[in-house]
Amino acid sequence: MHHTGDIPEAQTRGIWKTFFILVAITALEFVFAFFMDAGTTRNVIFIILTLFKAFYIVAEFMHLKHETKALIWTIIIPLALIVWLMVALLSEGSYYFNSINSYFE
Amino acid sequence: MSSTSTTLEKPNSGTWDGGNEPLKASYGKLMMWFFLLSDAFTFGAFLIVYGLSRHTHLPYTGDPEAFAYSTQWWPIPEKVFNAFPGFHGVDLPLAFVALMTMILILSSVTMVLAVEAGHRMDKNDVQKWLLWTILFGATFLGCQAWEWGHFITGDEEGMLLADGSRIFGANLTVNQYGPPLFADLFFFITGFHGTHVFSGVVLLIMIFINTVNGVYHKRGHYEMVEKVGLYWHFVDLVWVFVFTFFYLI
Repeated sequence: MHHTGDIPEAQTRGIWKTFFILVAITALEFVFAFFMDAGTTRNVIFIILTLFKAFYIVAEFMHLKHETKALIWTIIIPLALIVWLMVALLSEGSYYFNSINSYFE
Repeated sequence: MSSTSTTLEKPNSGTWDGGNEPLKASYGKLMMWFFLLSDAFTFGAFLIVYGLSRHTHLPYTGDPEAFAYSTQWWPIPEKVFNAFPGFHGVDLPLAFVALMTMILILSSVTMVLAVEAGHRMDKNDVQKWLLWTILFGATFLGCQAWEWGHFITGDEEGMLLADGSRIFGANLTVNQYGPPLFADLFFFITGFHGTHVFSGVVLLIMIFINTVNGVYHKRGHYEMVEKVGLYWHFVDLVWVFVFTFFYLI
């Protein structure tokens, strides 16, 4: 059974564009990894680039950008709270480290 | 008792009375989104614990060239993950992880192409792209197996202990690369992600068989491919974060 006659042409330009954006961002991450000294600035750059990649995967590949506003917020808000928890526990970890290391001083 | 005949009652047409799609997404896709949200919590918890553990340990502050493995400080990832199959003893920081990242991004692209072909009811294209996705997914799993093997075996130098003995490789209690917690988190985070990739490959094989048998063509839509696609992109998404927080930072 062949339906080749009534199958429309593939629309893949947007998909490959997203792919090249993802590859470019990953390449950029490696440039920073090799040519920049480790530190807070570099980590911030990595996190920003990661969020860009995450945006393209979720918005384009997972099609979330084209869903209703209600669905978009349903997914985004809980994830934003997770990021908050992450920041909070990172500072908690630093505090714990400082308190056990300066206990005997 | 009510005397109204049932035939005269107006049909219920509220939001939850059926026949429509709240949030304009099908039930299956909506439930996949909520499952993925809960899954994101699990991975979020893993990464939060990683960050917390890392901040409770001393970072390595000396010259990166002079870096040596020690339980005193958290290791520099690019000094730990610098091996590549076939290039024994050559320092290739993050090269293998870069390859794995590329494979997973490529698999994500072939997955979208399969979903796109599904929208056009193009059975042959769906088959082709699903097969590529399965291939890339399986390759990624193979790479991860090699990575684990290398991490567990360790290198020739190992870590010199205070009593003069050396430890090689890592398991859940001993770790040549740094604090044992580093190895534990490596196993749990990449292992949990690998389990997801494995489940994804199994799901892909299932929908591939269904596609070949014409199940979705008879059904009139390829929504199942879309749902598995959502899961597969999520696995890619998690890798993007694992890659940044475990290997880069």
